[in-house]
Amino acid sequence: MKEVIVSPSPHLHSSLSTRSIMRDVLIALAPSIIVSVLIYEWHALGLLAVCVLTCVLVEWLITKFLFKRPSTIGDLSAVVTGVLLALNLPPSAPWWIAVVGSIVAIGIAKMTFGGLGQNIFNPALVGRVFLLVSFPVIMTDWTVPDSWKIFDSAVDAYSGATPLGIAKEGLLNGMTLPEIFAQNDFSWKQMFYIQVGGSAGEISALALILGFVYLLCRRVIKPTIPLTIVATVAIVSGIFSAVNPDVYTGPVFNIFAGGLLLGSIFMATDYVTSPMTTKGQIIFAVGIGLITMMVRYFGSYPEGVSFAILIMNCTVPLLNKYCKPARFGKEVKNG
Amino acid sequence: MTTTILYTVLCLVALGLIFAVVLYLVAQKFKVEEDPRIDVVESLLPGANCGGCGNAGCRAFAEQYVKSSDPDSLFCPVGGNETMGKIAAALGREAVEKEPMAAIVRCQGTSDKCARTNRYDGYASCKVAASLYSGETGCRWGCIGLGDCLDVCQFGGIRIDPRSGVADINADMCTGCGSCAKACPRGVIEMRPKGPKGRRVYVSCVNRDKGAVTRKACTVGCIGCGKCEKVCPFGAIHVENNVAYIDFTKCKLCRKCVDECPTHAIVAVNFPPRPPQAAKPAAPAGEGTPVKVTPVQ
Amino acid sequence: MRLKTFRMGGIHPDDNKISASAAVEVLPLPAVAYISMAQHLGAPATPIVQKGDKVLVGQVIAEPSGFVSAPVHSPYSGTVKAVEPRADFAGNMVTHVVIDVEGDEWLPQIDRTPEIKTEITASREEILEKIKNAGIVGLGGAAFPTHIKLSPPKDKTAECLIINGTECEPYLTSDDRIMQEEPVQIVTGARIMMKALGVPKCYIGIEENKPAAIESMKKAAADYSGIEVVVLKKKYPQGGEKQLIDAIIHRRVPSMGLPIDTGAVVQNVGTALAVYEAVQKNKPLIDNIFTVTGKCVPQQKNFDVRVGTTFRQIIEAAGGIPENAAKFVSGGPMMGKAIVNLDASTVKASAALLVLTEEETLRKKESNCIRCGKCADACPMGLQPFLLSRLARAGGRQEELEQEKVFDCIECGCCLYTCPANIPLLDVIRPAKAEVIKIMRSRPKK
Repeated sequence: MKEVIVSPSPHLHSSLSTRSIMRDVLIALAPSIIVSVLIYEWHALGLLAVCVLTCVLVEWLITKFLFKRPSTIGDLSAVVTGVLLALNLPPSAPWWIAVVGSIVAIGIAKMTFGGLGQNIFNPALVGRVFLLVSFPVIMTDWTVPDSWKIFDSAVDAYSGATPLGIAKEGLLNGMTLPEIFAQNDFSWKQMFYIQVGGSAGEISALALILGFVYLLCRRVIKPTIPLTIVATVAIVSGIFSAVNPDVYTGPVFNIFAGGLLLGSIFMATDYVTSPMTTKGQIIFAVGIGLITMMVRYFGSYPEGVSFAILIMNCTVPLLNKYCKPARFGKEVKNG
Repeated sequence: MTTTILYTVLCLVALGLIFAVVLYLVAQKFKVEEDPRIDVVESLLPGANCGGCGNAGCRAFAEQYVKSSDPDSLFCPVGGNETMGKIAAALGREAVEKEPMAAIVRCQGTSDKCARTNRYDGYASCKVAASLYSGETGCRWGCIGLGDCLDVCQFGGIRIDPRSGVADINADMCTGCGSCAKACPRGVIEMRPKGPKGRRVYVSCVNRDKGAVTRKACTVGCIGCGKCEKVCPFGAIHVENNVAYIDFTKCKLCRKCVDECPTHAIVAVNFPPRPPQAAKPAAPAGEGTPVKVTPVQ
Repeated sequence: MRLKTFRMGGIHPDDNKISASAAVEVLPLPAVAYISMAQHLGAPATPIVQKGDKVLVGQVIAEPSGFVSAPVHSPYSGTVKAVEPRADFAGNMVTHVVIDVEGDEWLPQIDRTPEIKTEITASREEILEKIKNAGIVGLGGAAFPTHIKLSPPKDKTAECLIINGTECEPYLTSDDRIMQEEPVQIVTGARIMMKALGVPKCYIGIEENKPAAIESMKKAAADYSGIEVVVLKKKYPQGGEKQLIDAIIHRRVPSMGLPIDTGAVVQNVGTALAVYEAVQKNKPLIDNIFTVTGKCVPQQKNFDVRVGTTFRQIIEAAGGIPENAAKFVSGGPMMGKAIVNLDASTVKASAALLVLTEEETLRKKESNCIRCGKCADACPMGLQPFLLSRLARAGGRQEELEQEKVFDCIECGCCLYTCPANIPLLDVIRPAKAEVIKIMRSRPKK
């Protein structure tokens, strides 16, 4: 017998670890990665590799030389950030965009706050939004080299823009929605399987939903946030499109187009930057849904999910403070 | 174009003015009248907010000092007599001199002397370990070595030697605030006067077990044999609960007990090395730095 | 039908009931026994024997000191060798009565026949007196003197008795065994306690993973309409008093309140058995059923162990100390206490000796909190362990800790068990809770 170990109870621990959770997230992202590689081929794969490698490298360098602490890359959270950032980039983005985005995501949004668990904003989204406002042309250029066309049957009138972009553009040019929809195939079926254009992660709602189901089964996330966001978007767009169907897009379009599903399933549910209680999560998710729709309807950008999530990230400390879980047993009066 | 700029500037100026007025009014409404002497006292204090004086921080001490009917009972251990003198002078009072104190660790149970018998695997805190069980060694009285004292020390004066596992206090950095003594769940740390030239003699053990039990657990523990008590010419040493204690108000630092102690549990710190025989008479006074006899290897 | 369970938090560790099929064996008597005076919650008992005294089995060797205390009876016959302080399982010194065991002579009034007496003749007062004099304490872990729990304060009324047969801790099987082997005695014990409390209803809560025990208890309780066996879903910490009351009668003990505030009194099955033996057979609490288990233990055993046997003797009887043993736990893996001294002896409420290997038990390195909220989801009291531990670590935040209801923590360990970042949540919260409760108690009452 070796030395006796003594510790306070409990003496067992579940097999759960940060690493296992992150691994599950990566598995859940796998369908989207596969779809993006199928559609955008080497572009998607290249961006993915650059993002992941840069993220991991930056975290390793910072922990090693700035924090002088043991490296934390083993928890795989940097890999998740890298993958999410890659899935948020347009397929035509040059490699250096991916590098810059990764450095901002890990170096500024995550490590300056002290690493995993300390950051206020979702690192991948900070990276994306940083790129979006710094390099708007590159980040909204959805043209794809010819080599992408594996699915020739998709659409002939392919414009290289996202459905949201096309709708916004059309409205600005004085067209009405029915006219725009007549020119493009925005049926839910089309967008559900393979969307017309968009960043690597947004193109297939089916792949995202597969990941969502996996995360639910593994109990990594609870359905509260994604479902509340989708419901809020559906209600808001339902009301608006009922009032004026010529100008305001409807629920189905808004749910499946753009990054709503990617954002609500993988970014808004980020443990670190979302509230911890169900009540807080509902407020958080309703906020995201509302802001997303406001940006989509009234903003100058066609897409608002990233902004919405980042804005609501700011409210998380407050939501955590004021939304307490229900306690066991009611209060006793007079202490 | 210019009108746009003009409007913008005007708007901001107007906003600024409104906020300034609001802030001013609020500040007036919630103004707290305070004795200006509190600020004076606070500015003279070291500002470490260590809590060594027993108050929540330097500000609280200043308030106490100004209001107290018996300010001599209050003392800033960090600033010492110098600071207290200045504060008293600033308020037109007389300060009472107090002897500077330093924290000492009354345990030499390093891993080579007090063998480990088990491995603690919980949260690294002396408080948690002490509330759980008797500790990693056979001695249930001595230093646990998980560093609760180190965490509370504001002055970086404590370290835990990773190999020996016992707290080590750097007397030069110790301000005598006493927070470590309060943090130690076993009461191993004691506040004692710094002594002339930092010279101190104390029993470096708090083990209250019977001699045989102590001996089994640790080679340098006090076994309560009472030899020191007998040899002390000043009646400064008493054995109580199987452990000797040197009363610093009576001790004259003669070091007779140090030689007498069979387990070397009594240590003398900061004395110059003794001449090998009685050979060299009268070493020039004040020459050379005194060699520190460190209790911790 | 959906099985009942408590409605907040909880975890599902592997139950590992690997010793469930081992029938209870009587452990041979030791040559020398060490009986601790700190057998129960509250003040330790005061020894009334001296060195050289002859004692018989069942004889009182220590009197209770104070209200929350219980007498201690000699589990052995022989000569008192010494009354001296000895190290307990945690290495702390406690007064022990050391007995040189000679033969096995019992006090004559103790009924040792195998006959099962189901007819209750004793009055309410006699029952309480007998339970008190038999030194019975709660055998669910906390070792609270049973007679106090059975005499609720005058302003509160008991409505039902709940017998806790959940044994929700992984590995433990002693309650499972006695429910299978002595169901009639347990039911009689429950009936005695119903009479003492004056309640018409008794629920016996058993988790679904003990089908044999459910079967035998249902059979034993079939003749009594007031006694109902409730099958519960497997979830830890179902055996916590507050959780069990919530699971069975759907009432919640108020914060800072006692179980009696809901009208329920909870007693363990082991206690019910001890009550039966004390009231019907005049036998004081001198032994208990004790599980020796762990994946590395050569023989899984359930022993009938007399109080005062050393852990070392018990593990020797189960095939010796395994080569790769690293941690010895008195009790279950979730709330049991680590043993540092195997030469310490068992007490009345000792239920198990669990042996774990380093791989099973060694804590992993702590990493940053990822704010996943899993600790809050697992907390059966609806607390936020991550917040409590952060406040506790910061130091000096007792007021906020009180606002966050740290005093409600039942120290079940769900938070620490579940934390993916391996943060020692409960380790930190436990002393903070003690501090806050001390502060609250020191306040003048309004």
